[in-house]
Amino acid sequence: MAQQIEVSLSDVAGRAHEAEAHLETERMALNVGPSHPTTHGVLRLLMELEGDTVTKCEPVIGYLHRGDEKIAENMTYNQFVPFTDRLDYLAPLANNVAYAITVEKLAGITIPERGQALRVLICELARLSSHLLGLGVYGMDAGAWTPFMYTFTEREKLYDLFERLTGARFTTSYTRIGGVARDIPEGWLGRVSKFLKELPKTLKDVDNLLTRNRIFYDRTHGIGTISKEDALAYGLTGANLRACGVDLDLRKDKPYSGYEQYDFDVPVGTTGDCYDRYLVRMEEMYQSIRICEQVIAKFPGGPVYAEDAKKIFAPPKEKVLTSMEELIQNFMIVTEGPSIPAGEVYFEAENPKGALGFYLVSKGGGVPYRLKIRAPSFCALSILPKIVPGHMMTDITVILGSLDFVMGECDR
Amino acid sequence: METAPGFAKDYAYLMERESADCPSYLCPVGEILGFATDLRDKHGYDLLVDLTAVDWDQDSPRFMVVYHFLSSTGHDYLRIAVNCTDDESPEVPSLSEIYPAADWHERECFDMFGIKFTGHPDMRRILMWEDYPYFPLRKEFPLAGIETPLPAADIAEVTGVEAIPAPMMGGPFVAPSEGRVSESEPRAKDQSWTETSPKPPRQEAATE
Repeated sequence: MAQQIEVSLSDVAGRAHEAEAHLETERMALNVGPSHPTTHGVLRLLMELEGDTVTKCEPVIGYLHRGDEKIAENMTYNQFVPFTDRLDYLAPLANNVAYAITVEKLAGITIPERGQALRVLICELARLSSHLLGLGVYGMDAGAWTPFMYTFTEREKLYDLFERLTGARFTTSYTRIGGVARDIPEGWLGRVSKFLKELPKTLKDVDNLLTRNRIFYDRTHGIGTISKEDALAYGLTGANLRACGVDLDLRKDKPYSGYEQYDFDVPVGTTGDCYDRYLVRMEEMYQSIRICEQVIAKFPGGPVYAEDAKKIFAPPKEKVLTSMEELIQNFMIVTEGPSIPAGEVYFEAENPKGALGFYLVSKGGGVPYRLKIRAPSFCALSILPKIVPGHMMTDITVILGSLDFVMGECDR
Repeated sequence: METAPGFAKDYAYLMERESADCPSYLCPVGEILGFATDLRDKHGYDLLVDLTAVDWDQDSPRFMVVYHFLSSTGHDYLRIAVNCTDDESPEVPSLSEIYPAADWHERECFDMFGIKFTGHPDMRRILMWEDYPYFPLRKEFPLAGIETPLPAADIAEVTGVEAIPAPMMGGPFVAPSEGRVSESEPRAKDQSWTETSPKPPRQEAATE
């Protein structure tokens, strides 16, 4: 008969503790992406884990690099408009507007009131569509599936409106240097008003599902905290910067396209964690609705395309067909490109993802000498090596979702 | 044009540049580190929003690095340009210690123009792959690209695939008529060189 040994629980625990102290641990390298659902595109993260804790995170970008800046040096100013659609492809209208304003600043073109109001309207609608998607997938990253269905349905309605206005759902290419491609179709403003009236109901539903949701709150609160100083040092902009408590909104502080006429509030966060970034985006949507309603209420009449721009870009079609001078001018513009004065200009617009900047150098003539695209997502991702270490592996999805980046713009 | 900031006259080495929008200055390459520190600490330009370079092709100095600063409280932009002294192997001190945002921007600038930022902690390519041999945004680099081996040598050996120039002839920039794109597509760019005919040497282009 085997000898019975009495073992107490504390003995086992003590031995286990002793063994653990001598246990050899080694860090694990983990590769996420470039094709992975949480990376929202083609972002690759090289991580070093100790257990479940991330000790090092190195983003690898460039998988979507298409050389947009090189292409810009090889085409006329209006030809580049479709390429701006493909930067932040979740808000193409806002990109179109930012690019057009940059060139107009250099060419010294002023846009008629109606064109400006229309641009503000489409910028804010683009913000709504971008935030609707951004918050939907953010909820999904944190494990909440239902809000995504709600926000995606609303975004679909917006895309119908975009299609009615521009002829395309995603690749809108709506602006031209000097204005927009065409005036609004009949009854379009009414449809937008109707959409704006119905949207707050869905936002309330999403609000109810997420804002006081215990799981969502626990997963986002105190996670991915960015201090005010870090946010500025790393060049964060837009909602990501404001969530950290920096009150900087280019629509208010550097108004363009007539934003100064509209009354709206700029939501600013306090702690700069993932939850704050959610709250700021949520409130921004209500403010966007406010701006849209004001634009529609006093939508000015008149042309949507600047008279000065016609001289530089395109004479009216009926004149081209009937008058010699306009025909020659049209021929020159088509073959050589419009004549933009030499000089350089930098313009940033408050896009849904942050400040989208264009630095344009012209030597005169029809093509840009250099066009640099300053992408907000590029800067937002550069802060990852700073904020990610120390978090659990499962927090990575939440942090990525909260930064709301898009790789089309980051890689250009 | 916005008004020039009052502190500009305190820095004798700054040279005013022509600008259509924000104040713009040329700073000597040796002074940029000190000046950027002052901008952040004394003058409130706490955001380095953009950093890029311009290749002036035939001119010398050939490479110019351009910084855009924004004050988050005063809401003023400031453009600072720095000329690289050496045209062959351009070098500029790195601002990544002062503005961490410069880290990635400088890597991109190195990747695209081959400008080395001295003192940068991690001067690697960022958009292109590590062994890529060219600097694509330099003016002598053709739009179509240049044939290069794929980054993964083992896969390339098995598949025999390499990175080839963009198929621009009959490709995405197709023109309706037959023949060369440069002859049928109305484009304003210098058409003296395409994917089939190499760029003329420097002197020839200068005399045109």
